[in-house]
Amino acid sequence: MIEKRENTSIIPGVLGKKEKHLRDSLLQQILNIPGGESIKKCIQCGCCTGSCPVSYMMDITPREIIALFRAGEIESILSSRAIWICASCYACTIRCPQGVQVTDILYALKRLAIDQKIFPKRFPVYALSESFVSLTNRFGRSYEPGLILLYFLKTNPLKLLGLVPLFLKLFFKGRIGLLPKKIKGRETFSRILREAEIMEMVVPVQES
Amino acid sequence: MEYTYYPGCSLEASSRGYDESVRFVFNALGQKLIELEDWNCCGATSYMSTKETISLVISARNLALAEKYGRDIVAPCSACYTILYKTNHILKNNPIMKAKVNQALKKDNLEYNLSLNVRHPLEVLVNDFGIEKIVSKALIRLDGVKMAQYYGCQIVRPDRGLDDKENPQMMDSLFEALGAENIYFPMKVRCCGGMLMTTYPDVALKLNKEILECAYGNGAELIVTTCPLCHVNLEAYQDKINKKFKKDFHIPILFFTQVLGLALGGTPKELGLNRNLIPFQLKKTALEATK
Repeated sequence: MIEKRENTSIIPGVLGKKEKHLRDSLLQQILNIPGGESIKKCIQCGCCTGSCPVSYMMDITPREIIALFRAGEIESILSSRAIWICASCYACTIRCPQGVQVTDILYALKRLAIDQKIFPKRFPVYALSESFVSLTNRFGRSYEPGLILLYFLKTNPLKLLGLVPLFLKLFFKGRIGLLPKKIKGRETFSRILREAEIMEMVVPVQES
Repeated sequence: MEYTYYPGCSLEASSRGYDESVRFVFNALGQKLIELEDWNCCGATSYMSTKETISLVISARNLALAEKYGRDIVAPCSACYTILYKTNHILKNNPIMKAKVNQALKKDNLEYNLSLNVRHPLEVLVNDFGIEKIVSKALIRLDGVKMAQYYGCQIVRPDRGLDDKENPQMMDSLFEALGAENIYFPMKVRCCGGMLMTTYPDVALKLNKEILECAYGNGAELIVTTCPLCHVNLEAYQDKINKKFKKDFHIPILFFTQVLGLALGGTPKELGLNRNLIPFQLKKTALEATK
């Protein structure tokens, strides 16, 4: 499952160029999490994996994710399906005896994978996030029918047919809006977003 | 007391019954909810998975808008509650991130100065108003109604020190005081899968099947929830779960405010109960106990 990548150094403990880059951006994000530095204290006990309700569906478990990170194999983590199966229920985080912020570290890994575009085409979680983000940016609000529509158009449009009965049931209960709700301050909202995008790229200088 | 109310996108659509019943309950108890003007989407888990700073900025726009009123902000949706709480927590602990976020908010002459408390209505009702006072205001007892109190993930986790994170008690104590019978329900904080119902349905269907099975097996008449996503997954997908696992579940899923609203004398329409796909009615015995 874990293949040796070309740019990974074969000398133990020596990081390849790409791995070093990934490691730096990941560490930067982990340090932004309150309590993020406790990742250093992981004792590989496996409480996270044992507490996770979906670890049985993962190709690598939460405990292995931290082990791989330490071993300089971030690229293997990013190309796993495990990080995307996490539904962010925080069961691992509250049970970790060392206070490792596992769920928030998985969020950081998801963002890194998206940033590096390391995932298959028509990848479900990315398609959903992308649809969600585009609707929120546009209207300032999320819009459920639009989200489902965009998502299935990006992944598997045929499945939309199967959703029609549920859509109708919810519609007749008044639980589906035909038009998206929008915020009033859309113009200033997009100005905020543009500035936020610039801020996203600002990385503070690290003390060494 | 007065609170700033942040309904969130779900409460305007698939979970309108939650919005209606939250407003009803607060009103019946004489607490004022004032909706935040021009609030935007909190970003939910999806935005948080793509961009760190931007997701914090859009969530912090709400905090900045709410801050000038000085009231605590109340968010019923578990995802909104978690995201707003988390944003507040990160900004309080990370001055650099706070500066970056405020730099973006400045484009709309907004600034967030970390003075808000982000709260969930369940905790507000139990801690600020108090169970005893709620019981004294109740018009109808819930005697003998067998409930599974389902908290889901994000209201108790990550740890905010409000309740036991493995075996929370807030809803249990509240409804027990109103006469309900809380069934043994070890799945009370188990994850429903959230958005996995869309992205990896097989995983989510199994998670929800296990929750329904546990509630049903222990004799629950209804499952009480605090989260729009848990509600949709457990309710709207019950047919699909029945089909896939050859089961015959038909369990009403109610928001905790819908059940509380019934005890406070609300009509099904006022509480949005007519919007639920699986109908629930109080048994005669519960109503008679009141007289």
